[in-house]
Amino acid sequence: MQFLDNFLDETHHMVRATCRRFAETEIAPHAYEWEEAEEFPRALYNTAAEAGVLGVGFPEEVGGSGGSYLHAVMAIEGLMRGGSTGVTVGLGTAGIALPAIIQSGSAELIDRFVRPALAGETVSALCITEPGAGSDVAGIQTRAIREGDSYRVNGSKMFITSGVRADILTTLVRTSDDPHLGLSFLVIESASPGVSVSRSLKKTGWRASDTAEIAFDDVVVPADQLVGPEGSAFVTLMKNFQMERLALAAYGMATAEIALEETKKYVAERKAFDRPIGSFQVTRHKIADMATQVVALKTLVYQVAKRMEEGFDATTEVSMAKNLAAETAIAVTYEAVQLHGGMGYMRETLVERLSRDARLLPIGGGTQEIMKEIISRRL
Amino acid sequence: MKILVAVKRVTDPDARIRLNADATGIDMTGVEYKVNPFCENAVEGALQLRDAAGGEVVVVSIGPEEVDTYIRTGLAMGGDRGIRVPLEDENLDSDVVARVLAALVAKEEPELVMLGKQAIDGDNNQVAQLLAGYLGWPQACFASEIALSDDQQSAEVTREVDGGLEVLNVGLPAVISADLRLNEPRYASLPGIMKAKRKTIDVYEAADLGVDTTVKVRVLKLESPPERAAGIKVDSVDDLLGKLRNEAKAL
Repeated sequence: MQFLDNFLDETHHMVRATCRRFAETEIAPHAYEWEEAEEFPRALYNTAAEAGVLGVGFPEEVGGSGGSYLHAVMAIEGLMRGGSTGVTVGLGTAGIALPAIIQSGSAELIDRFVRPALAGETVSALCITEPGAGSDVAGIQTRAIREGDSYRVNGSKMFITSGVRADILTTLVRTSDDPHLGLSFLVIESASPGVSVSRSLKKTGWRASDTAEIAFDDVVVPADQLVGPEGSAFVTLMKNFQMERLALAAYGMATAEIALEETKKYVAERKAFDRPIGSFQVTRHKIADMATQVVALKTLVYQVAKRMEEGFDATTEVSMAKNLAAETAIAVTYEAVQLHGGMGYMRETLVERLSRDARLLPIGGGTQEIMKEIISRRL
Repeated sequence: MKILVAVKRVTDPDARIRLNADATGIDMTGVEYKVNPFCENAVEGALQLRDAAGGEVVVVSIGPEEVDTYIRTGLAMGGDRGIRVPLEDENLDSDVVARVLAALVAKEEPELVMLGKQAIDGDNNQVAQLLAGYLGWPQACFASEIALSDDQQSAEVTREVDGGLEVLNVGLPAVISADLRLNEPRYASLPGIMKAKRKTIDVYEAADLGVDTTVKVRVLKLESPPERAAGIKVDSVDDLLGKLRNEAKAL
């Protein structure tokens, strides 16, 4: 889409093209199979790291590939060309699990946990949501009690992306009773005694990524695995939510754009009443509406990423972008399935998968309603 | 060793191709470009030879400013610098391209020129051969393996031919064109991409290179292939044999 090229320089184009080539070579041929298997091979983390795809948006000093917000958006756009949100988010959990560790500035934690994850040697996951607390993070119950040089952790975490096979868990725990200032991050190794995956969860979409319920039963965690000072997690979390929202907006944007392209191809080929269905006015107008929604969304997402890159506080706008992306992805994939007819309801069809994947967007990473709370309070 | 490697942009092979109004070319509205995959093999091959033997890889393309992206991608993969010769696609044929490259060879004096074996849009498969002809250099086309001699004076090139493999020993300087089996092109990493921003791409006008840009081949007309007719079902093997014998005249 050359219309939006004014946002991009050559480096953005190349990141997107590289990630797209990676996705078309390494993901697309297996997307259906992995979706059905509800898992993609762990080795893909290594392949992605070697291709430099995993570290986009992370500083080179900590083992990343460099680049900023808009580069991260480009990486998502390119990777989504593999046709599997599940694989893209599964590969991308480092993007939510590692920032808190990097921001703590601890060279030791970075060497131990960040570098191996960005090298594709370990899988990392962020554990926030619990069976009894999601959007309301102040309601977190998982407790970490200081005992000498370590913490004793008890509680459970829910809906943890990549949680089934993650090696390191950046875990939000309660270190005191203060609703916000009592929250801290601990890096917990999943191999520690007392950590168990209670369930591997079955989902509507994002099926190629594993999602877990994780239980902590008297898990002893060395105190040097505390991220930043005790009680600092809430502020860190609020800051990092911006990037997560931008990423989710980018997933929605890519979902809608790919669904549109797939549909354009399909209606040009599929015939009814002796004509391609794309030649009927009703179809053309639907496509026109879908394309308009995609361009409007993309413009907002690019602008938000650009402004975040410039240091602008885009809390309001990134929340808007996340909501618009969720709505657009759902609306566009709905019409895409509709125009594919019976084929659109078959699991082997890409738009079918995209329509299921899109349903998470208004739920994950801050619900549609929470976003509206943030937006309305800031207006 | 200095290696000149050429890259070409091609129309996205997945795009739906439509002819332009006067049927002399492709309607480019909404169609994107990609780098020709064989050219990526050529770049990777050049980089591997340079990494082993030392020297420099110069990435070359012909076209408007937009082709800088494809040169820059070669630089992001590890190429050292770029050259672009601005000529529009409609004013090019294989022969003009070969003459432009021959002029660049005269200017740059590389020991090796690497190209993709053909571009997947025109599928002409002529530039490497014409270039070798103009330069009076040996050529080894459709390379699936290249082994440089220790003294860097020659290369043993395995080429894929009908029914098997042929191994040639070419003295350098030479022209080699790459087949898909030659290698697995690396991905341009983001740090590589950032570094590539600072690498130079020189622009040389064809006129300044002294190249006659008169085309020898003009496309008069393109036609879409005829729509494939629907198939039929036959009732019996005899029926099938009858049709093959009498209608298709295949037996």
